[in-house]
Amino acid sequence: MAHRYVMAIDQGTTSTRCILFDQRARLVSVVQREHQQHFPKPGWVEHDAVEIWRNVDRIVPRALREAGIDASDVAALGIANQRETTVLWDRHTGTPVGHALVWQDTRTDELVRELGQRPGAEEVQRRCGLPLSTYFSAPRVRWLLDHTPGLRERAARGDVLFGTMETWLIWNLTGGPDGGAHVTDVTNASRTLLMNLGTLDWDPELLAFFGVPRAMLPEIRPSTDVHGTTRRVVPGIRIAATLGDQHAALFGQTCFAPGEAKCTYGTGSFLLMNTGAEPVHSGHGLLTTVAFKLGDEPARYALEGPIAITGSLVQWFRDGLGLIRNAPEIETLARTVADNGGCYIVPAFSGLFAPYWRSEARGIIVGLTSYITKGHLARAVLEATGWQTREVVDAMNADSGLAAANLKVDGGMTADNLLMQFVADVLDVPVMRPMHAETVSLGAAYAAGLAVGFWPDLEGLRRNWHRAAQWLPQMPAARREEEYANWRRAVELTFGWMRPRGGGPPDPRNPGDKN
Amino acid sequence: MPGPVQSIERAAAILRLLARGSGRLGVGEIAASLELAKGTAHGILRTLQGVGFVEQDRATGKYQLGAALLHLGSSYLDVNELRSRALNWADALAARSGEAVRIGTPLEGSVLVVHHVFRPDDTLQTLEVGALLPLHATALGKVLLAYDADLAARVQRGPLESFTRRTLVTAPALTRALAAVRDAGWAADVEECVPGEAGIAAPIRSSGGLVVGAIGISGAVERLCGARSRPDATLAGHVRDAARAVSRDLGAAR
Ligand SMILES: Nc1ncnc2c1ncn2[C@@H]1O[C@H](COP(=O)(O)OP(=O)(O)OP(=O)(O)O)[C@@H](O)[C@H]1O
Repeated sequence: MAHRYVMAIDQGTTSTRCILFDQRARLVSVVQREHQQHFPKPGWVEHDAVEIWRNVDRIVPRALREAGIDASDVAALGIANQRETTVLWDRHTGTPVGHALVWQDTRTDELVRELGQRPGAEEVQRRCGLPLSTYFSAPRVRWLLDHTPGLRERAARGDVLFGTMETWLIWNLTGGPDGGAHVTDVTNASRTLLMNLGTLDWDPELLAFFGVPRAMLPEIRPSTDVHGTTRRVVPGIRIAATLGDQHAALFGQTCFAPGEAKCTYGTGSFLLMNTGAEPVHSGHGLLTTVAFKLGDEPARYALEGPIAITGSLVQWFRDGLGLIRNAPEIETLARTVADNGGCYIVPAFSGLFAPYWRSEARGIIVGLTSYITKGHLARAVLEATGWQTREVVDAMNADSGLAAANLKVDGGMTADNLLMQFVADVLDVPVMRPMHAETVSLGAAYAAGLAVGFWPDLEGLRRNWHRAAQWLPQMPAARREEEYANWRRAVELTFGWMRPRGGGPPDPRNPGDKN
Repeated sequence: MPGPVQSIERAAAILRLLARGSGRLGVGEIAASLELAKGTAHGILRTLQGVGFVEQDRATGKYQLGAALLHLGSSYLDVNELRSRALNWADALAARSGEAVRIGTPLEGSVLVVHHVFRPDDTLQTLEVGALLPLHATALGKVLLAYDADLAARVQRGPLESFTRRTLVTAPALTRALAAVRDAGWAADVEECVPGEAGIAAPIRSSGGLVVGAIGISGAVERLCGARSRPDATLAGHVRDAARAVSRDLGAAR
């Protein structure tokens, strides 16, 4: 029987989904299961890796059943996953060492501050492309090694393994303690602070700097590569691709060429631009990361601008202020007025991320007069997402020398027409939404399908991309410049609000330095 | 003839009770006042909460009259929420049918386009969200008229503007067409608004079956219609499936 489908597993922050796609990249079945979020202390966020594995065990057979097919109909499996979330487990039993520490977890705050003062700290970003921050995996591994008695010795002997979620799932799917493959891909490895961007292998200096034993680390593989064949859950499916979720979205949006960029608008937003065959080191506070690596071909790199607060500002407007009953209503409210009335909201709830990295900044509403209504505030909320996008795009253009000709968008906030029009207006380029909403899963499926010849080449995949909507810039240039200048003045007002807890001033280039 | 429905009478009593005094009561207090079992009162409150007629205070757990009651007359489903909830299904319909998709709601005697997905052929198209279409000459509009007798009566009292040779311009013709829509569960227009173009649409329902909008495809007659200008049954099936999927998301039964 011919292989007619490709399977994707999207292991996300709140849920895990299994999706089957047909040859024309149409969705055939979708099965999803949420997992619990554990918040044992302020700033701590954990997942139970066993629960996630059990969810995979349930949803994969269900997805096949719903499509009315079996494993022999599946050409390949691609995995996309929440990035930077860290799990350690016992190689012999498969039992995790406590819960997985999630990417949002900031318990490594102090540790990161301390590491930042050590010799070699200034070398970190040059080697791995990332600033020293609580956001990435290495400090979490270190924290676990420091806080679990006996763990460091077991890790050094290779009895305890490290992985991000894709590594954990592949190890389990390919047999677990009984010969499971311990592998990761370049995109996920590029989020650990431990991989050298040039060699695409673990960097001995960085391992020494963070005190992470090499024996516990997975082998780094290309993004597309047959990592193994499933032996558990549903045996006999080739695992042919892995990508971090944002990298998968870039791939699913078919941003294969340098200068092509996408932004995923959800709780937070992530703008990635393909920069081609050479890593571009950022002079403007962006992250340098691997976009994808197809088999033996050279890796493609990307610049990334993570924006911490976008959809979550809308959530705050709903839950914190109670001015709307559901998120989409913000557009209705914003449309009750013609403009922002001179009001700006800068959502530096826990400092500013790219391109500023000011951990001491705090949010601000500025320009209040008695004229301002909740309608103006709603506009200011949406505009904040637009301007934050503009700042990241400006930084990318400056770093890469490439000017994005358009922006491809996805995520829940793309349902908001006012916002999408505003993004087009402030970027002064067309904004396009594809017909495939599930860009993360689609990217994983594309990569896997490509690896096994289910889809012939990148051009073939490009032809599957269809525009569902497009917003063209309409704002007069003079108005755009004036508004942007106002926004930047508002941003400056947020700087320096939090006072350091004793000691010197916070390091503005160090995002982990949250006070 | 069946007698009054007891649970509706009880629901009315709960609303009257909440309309008195401070207007904030716990489930125990409500049950005691009306001499209902607590479980019964709770079940009715949860249902009333589901339709927005009562709200529960998160901190105290007490119930009060819901904002939806104050705006009973105005449209209760925000159009931007409708778009958000329909986004994925509208995309899927465009991908399956190969045609442009629109979602419409009534606004001041017209169809307001609240969502638009381009035809998936990457030709130059402009977003028509915010555009107004004639109710009596489009498939979307006919769906909205078929399930809203008052709106239909108003439209039929005014002059029915003619856009093409095929536009329905008399009240009896429109009445017959709307009855046919209700029978079939979907509507079509074949060159009734724009020469060479056709549309197929079906109702989007929320809880209780209330029609809150219409979703449909539109495009060239040759593609949407088969022999003798009859709308293609497979395409109509896709449209109805999409409408049902959105309705399910909005809490409609079926
Ligand atoms: N119409 C809208 N206008 C503005 N914001 C919206 C709208 N609809 C949803 N949002 C916001 O978008 C976010 C949800 O988007 P999405 O479901 O893509 O996010 P996510 O939770 O980050 O995704 P995932 O769980 O897949 O990682 C919420 O923060 C919500 O406030």
